[in-house]
Amino acid sequence: MTIDTFPPGVLLIFGGLVLPFVSSGVRKTIVLLLPLLVLWSVWQIGDGTQLSLSFLEYELSIVEGDTLSRLFATVFAVMVFGGGLFALNQKEPFELAAAFVYGGSALGVVFAGDLITVFVFWEIMAIGSTLVIWSAKTPQSYRASIRYLIIHLLGGVILMVGIVMQIQNTGSAEFEAMKIDNLGTWLILAGFLVNAGAPPLTAWLPDAYPEASFSGTVFLSAFTTKTAVYVLMIGFPGTEILIYIGLYMIFYGIIYALLENDMRRILSYSIINQVGFMVTGIGIGTEMALNGAAAHAFTHIIYKALLLMSAGSVFYMTSGKRKCTDLGGLFQSMPITCICGIVGALAISSFPLTSGFISKSMIAQAAVDEQLFLIWMCLAAASAGVFLHAGIKFPWFVFFQKDSGLRPKDPPWNMKAAMIFFAFICIGLGVMPEPFYELLPFSSNYEPYTVPHVINQLQLLLFAGLSFFLALPLMKRTLTISLDWDWFYRRCGRIVYKLITLQILNIRQKLLDLSIYLIKHFIRLTHYYSGSEGTVARDASLGTSVAIVVTALAVLIVFIYQF
Amino acid sequence: MKDDPKLHWLVRPSSIKILWCLGLVILAALVLSDFIIHTHSAFGIDGSFGFYSWYGLLTCFAMIVFAKLLGFFLKRKDTYYDD
Repeated sequence: MTIDTFPPGVLLIFGGLVLPFVSSGVRKTIVLLLPLLVLWSVWQIGDGTQLSLSFLEYELSIVEGDTLSRLFATVFAVMVFGGGLFALNQKEPFELAAAFVYGGSALGVVFAGDLITVFVFWEIMAIGSTLVIWSAKTPQSYRASIRYLIIHLLGGVILMVGIVMQIQNTGSAEFEAMKIDNLGTWLILAGFLVNAGAPPLTAWLPDAYPEASFSGTVFLSAFTTKTAVYVLMIGFPGTEILIYIGLYMIFYGIIYALLENDMRRILSYSIINQVGFMVTGIGIGTEMALNGAAAHAFTHIIYKALLLMSAGSVFYMTSGKRKCTDLGGLFQSMPITCICGIVGALAISSFPLTSGFISKSMIAQAAVDEQLFLIWMCLAAASAGVFLHAGIKFPWFVFFQKDSGLRPKDPPWNMKAAMIFFAFICIGLGVMPEPFYELLPFSSNYEPYTVPHVINQLQLLLFAGLSFFLALPLMKRTLTISLDWDWFYRRCGRIVYKLITLQILNIRQKLLDLSIYLIKHFIRLTHYYSGSEGTVARDASLGTSVAIVVTALAVLIVFIYQF
Repeated sequence: MKDDPKLHWLVRPSSIKILWCLGLVILAALVLSDFIIHTHSAFGIDGSFGFYSWYGLLTCFAMIVFAKLLGFFLKRKDTYYDD
């Protein structure tokens, strides 16, 4: 086994495990250099199985390369580098270690060639991400991480049962395109969708991610949902139900982000919204749609990390302020954070000359090619909605709106450098998409920059912007959260639990009362018969006593003799 | 009315007025460009005049109003789950 066949994911995981035990200087060096080494090793992986292992009677493909896995692995490695740079001044070494294990296991999933390897890295990913949330070390983050872990372990169990059934059915553990024609593949699909943030388990994402530290949330935004997109692309391309699940996620993200007050929760809802576009693309399933989904996953990781870095910088420099009601006017003292945030916001909104424009439009184009009229109308409305809820709402309420009086400075150099680096990628991909298109799984001659396309997109977005400012009175921020599906397990479940507990306590009390009554009654009876005045305690004459003893002995003798 | 010179130029009422005017001019120019540029229509409706403008505006209003209405049912104090 040489370095170019050594699994890049495992390399990153090992690196992460070393981090807490080395000095601060060595740690910073590892954090900056290891992701670059991983990126290099990703590009050493050729097509086909590179590393296999025998397990029970199965041949596991631990590392299997193709265009799609290299594309995802590339952006994951870039993300670990950018996230690591941003997190250099994170005082909690544990968080970066967890983030490296988390990123490494995500790399493990995208290079896995069989379902068992997918499952193993899938579970390491759940643990790594939970520890990232946990590292914020607040009571809220602890509770959120436990809720998060419960959902992901549940998803893992569903996935495992599905995988076992699939292997039983087909006799092979190979990870390839599947049809949802039996329970096994349905369960695998459900397990994948849990990590994508699909309904009904959508709430774990905006519940948990914003509770991580200023840098933890940046890592979290990248891996879990995008590995889910990757496995859906491999396992279920062209599965029609995904179109509708994706559309639900798109509009769910927009509506909930519009209602939300916490800037990091706004961006979390918008992750689900963006993953919805990818899931819809996978559901459409044509080469154009799959290219679009893959490209969008790539660009999304970068601009969403950029947005969360911008939000994280505000969070860091204002000592933990997250609510739109507390923020505003920060553009005056944080120009770099503000500009980078705006670049991310424009990219997520698919503005021409940004990365979102060259990726998302492929999914819409696929809907046009397939003549899916209603789906195309939904996607167009959703594009406008993205500008509304993330493109304008986030920068407006954080950096502009009213003057909150806060004058925090731009963050330390490493955080600024990470933001500027990612902002450059967002614009670079938008300006020069051709080299990037070469990396996509299918060759295509898609041309995003036609005059009508640019004009149409500008009309759509700028009029969405107009509606935002016209409807501003309706968007007044309130100190509220919005109920989601998690109400059923956080509130309804608790009510049911309380009712059941009360009933059990009630029954226990009744049993106790009954026992005490019976014991008292027994004592009273004993006293009645055996007390000083009782029948048993009374004196009997000598003759009667002898008669009783003799009779008893006689009975005993007969008994022994007989048997 | 004179602007407060202590205010950042971007938040002075006069600048905001200029920004609004500029924005409206750009919007108008974009709509009018439909006279010159002929979009290849895929479904019919998307070829109608200023389609992306009115569709973006209307759907965004619809989403804002829908979110507002849903908010009446779903919004709770942000300390709702804290106890």
